[in-house]
Amino acid sequence: MYKILEKTQFSEKVFKFRIEAPAIAKHAHAGQFLMVRANETGERVPFTLAGWNGDEGWVEFIFMVIGKTTEMLSTYEAGESLRDVVGPLGVPTEMAEGPCAVIGGGVGLAIAFPVAKHLVETGHEVHAIMGARTKDLLLMEDQFRELLDEDHIHITTDDGSYGEQGVVTAPLERLLQDKAVSQVFCVGPVPMMKFSTLTAQKYDTPITASLNPIMVDGTGMCGCCRVEVGGVTKFACVDGPDFDATLVDWDDLRARQAAYRSEEGESLKAYEEKSCACH
Amino acid sequence: MPLVNGRFVADMKSPRTPDNEEPAAERACDFRPVDKGFTEEMALAEAERCLNCKKPFCVEGCPVNINIPRFIEQIREKDFGGALDTIREDSMLPAICGRVCPQENQCEGKCIRGKKSEPVAIGQLERFLGDRPELASTPKMAPKNGKKVAVVGSGPSGITCAGELARNGFDVTVFEAFFTGGGVLVYGIPEFRLPKAVVKREIDGLEDMGVKFEYNSVVGNMATAEELFEQGFDAIYVATGAGLPKFLNVPGENLPNVFFANEYLTRVNLMKANKFPEYDTPTKHGKNVVVFGGGNVAMDAVRTAKRLGAEHAIIAYRRTEDEMPCRRAELHHAKAEGVEVLPLVSPLEFVAGEDGSVCAVKVQKMELGEPDESGRRRPVPIEGAIEEIPCDVAISAIGTNANPFAKKIGGKMELNKWGYIVADEETGQTTDPRIWAGGDIVTGAATVILAMGAGKKAAASITKSLLGE
Ligand SMILES: Cc1cc2nc3c(=O)[nH]c(=O)nc-3n(C[C@H](O)[C@H](O)[C@H](O)COP(=O)(O)OP(=O)(O)OC[C@H]3O[C@@H](n4cnc5c(N)ncnc54)[C@H](O)[C@@H]3O)c2cc1C
Ligand SMILES: Cc1cc2nc3c(=O)[nH]c(=O)nc-3n(C[C@H](O)[C@H](O)[C@H](O)COP(=O)(O)OP(=O)(O)OC[C@H]3O[C@@H](n4cnc5c(N)ncnc54)[C@H](O)[C@@H]3O)c2cc1C
Ligand code: SF4
Ligand code: SF4
Ligand code: FES
Repeated sequence: MYKILEKTQFSEKVFKFRIEAPAIAKHAHAGQFLMVRANETGERVPFTLAGWNGDEGWVEFIFMVIGKTTEMLSTYEAGESLRDVVGPLGVPTEMAEGPCAVIGGGVGLAIAFPVAKHLVETGHEVHAIMGARTKDLLLMEDQFRELLDEDHIHITTDDGSYGEQGVVTAPLERLLQDKAVSQVFCVGPVPMMKFSTLTAQKYDTPITASLNPIMVDGTGMCGCCRVEVGGVTKFACVDGPDFDATLVDWDDLRARQAAYRSEEGESLKAYEEKSCACH
Repeated sequence: MPLVNGRFVADMKSPRTPDNEEPAAERACDFRPVDKGFTEEMALAEAERCLNCKKPFCVEGCPVNINIPRFIEQIREKDFGGALDTIREDSMLPAICGRVCPQENQCEGKCIRGKKSEPVAIGQLERFLGDRPELASTPKMAPKNGKKVAVVGSGPSGITCAGELARNGFDVTVFEAFFTGGGVLVYGIPEFRLPKAVVKREIDGLEDMGVKFEYNSVVGNMATAEELFEQGFDAIYVATGAGLPKFLNVPGENLPNVFFANEYLTRVNLMKANKFPEYDTPTKHGKNVVVFGGGNVAMDAVRTAKRLGAEHAIIAYRRTEDEMPCRRAELHHAKAEGVEVLPLVSPLEFVAGEDGSVCAVKVQKMELGEPDESGRRRPVPIEGAIEEIPCDVAISAIGTNANPFAKKIGGKMELNKWGYIVADEETGQTTDPRIWAGGDIVTGAATVILAMGAGKKAAASITKSLLGE
């Protein structure tokens, strides 16, 4: 059992858990992830390591409620325990030299934040490009603002309800034109990653994407997380999750991510009906 | 009991006692065990068939040389506890091996009675005993010797090694990546062939002996060999099993609903996707399921598909039924359950339907040509003979590569060019004298009994090395 030491709510749907896990904390690196199973009947789901302290023996992850498992997780309180937490898994993010742009969209912002934080802590200049459909869906703004100054935060919303209207590629293009960054890191919905990649390529700037296919074991045994990179099939859990974004087959990733849409809906519905019945 | 001049004489006329099977049509609808195992009566009758050979070929056929005539004799004498003790001298997992060993190529394949009629049902007899563990005498435990050993992986190889070492007085900790123990026995082999309760009983038995289990522990990432030594372990046994599935390397292999068998089986066996949404992990209930392969893994996948409601559950194999490497019993059971066998085909391409998921697979028809190095006739494509089979789930079960963590565990362990660990065949010792290895991570995907045997040999070698005996 893995005790929740602290629960922090960032917004209606975004939470952070600090979990007691000394062995994981000692070996954690930015870009690696955990596999979490909340209870005996739970699914194994991956979350990026958002913070850790080897001396105090804890790790943190940030998650957004989007389906059954994340909704259920959000009901857990400090003092309660998660059944299983495995990690650290995956290859640590390679930290480049020079100034970086970190792009996050949607839930991707939760995953991008630890990378941005780590880059800042290791002495890099970091620009955060934060995208959301609309103002209410913009995550982690306070955390990014704490980390970076005004000049280094670029917010876009599709509907213009906050920040600049449009998508993340606009500020990215400006930064690239100004030669303000020499390396780009992106994580978020597939279209966002795809267009960020095309933009970075236009300026011959290396870009890394953190991919999030569906996973089962997270240890390279099952093959569920396979992604096509440079015409070769890779396993995101052991070869990634970071890959050279210019080589990723985005259509393949998107199709595999969506493979369980109807089951996911069914699962959430069953859960919500059950939760209502016992109130 | 037929005694002549006070000596036992085998019953030469009685046919082999048939398996105590559940009706095929019923069992194909749920995950109940396929057969109930011998009753005492059946076991006694079957034991009568053994000739108690002076030169027992069956023993030669068993990879760990169990004293088969002796334990069968003890069954005949109704000394079931004694019979179990005899088996336990060589095998720690009779309830498991009795169920999953490829007996027809091993003990039963060599049994003399197979020449004229049918071999003695050695596997069923072994299982009969293994399922009555309470009858065995409590194993003697050596006094604690103060030395600590880490075992990486809780598959059959790891748990056997752990059990032997605990008995020899070592303080043993098993590190396991998953949240439960048993390796392939729990995530790969389905409930209907090997009930999870049987595996759990073995793990519980080890815990009773003082073996500690650290679940959710991926050695290599969470701790390396060096760190384990720093923590005070005196030796390490690495039994991480095989890993990464092998690709078919045909277009469309990454389409949604094209699975590797490991994923398909893990979702159901470990994560209980057959009970979705009570359990959160979903799976796909295909109506037309095609499985590529001819081994035990392919059989398990196709029979699981049947139980998840497939109308057509097809096993597609490059050669013919005769060449299939699976246990004969599995093929027989699968066919009885309605699994269709499509021999002499090789996949060419998975085709996407309107929704983007697989809707068909194109296959190349083959014929058998000249024998290859393995002595089996090589399948060769028949030019132009291409067929399209409709399917909404396709599964590939053509084998695995080395576990990627082997190289991360570290130490001075050498790997061969395919990524498997190099270990001495007799002792299991690796090129790092503090580390031993065995099971699938050394041999490549093999069998439970070989993995178990390797664990036993390594335990003996570790004991000798650490205690200097
Ligand atoms: C390496 C990696 C790191 C991740 N890090 C974070 C993170 O830091 N914070 C965060 O909020 N989310 C993260 N995710 C995504 C997170 O795992 C999913 O949001 C979560 O699994 C959703 O589960 P659910 O039951 O709530 O939603 P569901 O309704 O089951 O699924 C919603 C969507 O989530 C994805 N998903 C579902 N099950 C899985 C699974 N077993 N594995 C991976 N993806 C799945 C699918 O694309 C699905 O369409 C990460 C994913 C990966 C692969
Ligand atoms: C579906 C299927 C059906 C089969 N049917 C049969 C059959 O009928 N008869 C037969 O004889 N054989 C069968 N086999 C083969 C047999 O199961 C294997 O040969 C045997 O399980 C190998 O045992 P092992 O102990 O080497 O490894 P495994 O059983 O693979 O166990 C390895 C364990 O190590 C864990 N692990 C891996 N990496 C790490 C790490 N870094 N840190 C900690 N833990 C780790 C894994 O999670 C796993 O639990 C079958 C295999 C499969 C997949
Ligand atoms: S361990 Fe396997 S091969 Fe040996 S006697 Fe038992 S069933 Fe036969
Ligand atoms: S070979 Fe057959 S008959 Fe002879 S001892 Fe072995 S099991 Fe009995
Ligand atoms: S999640 Fe199973 S191989 Fe990556």
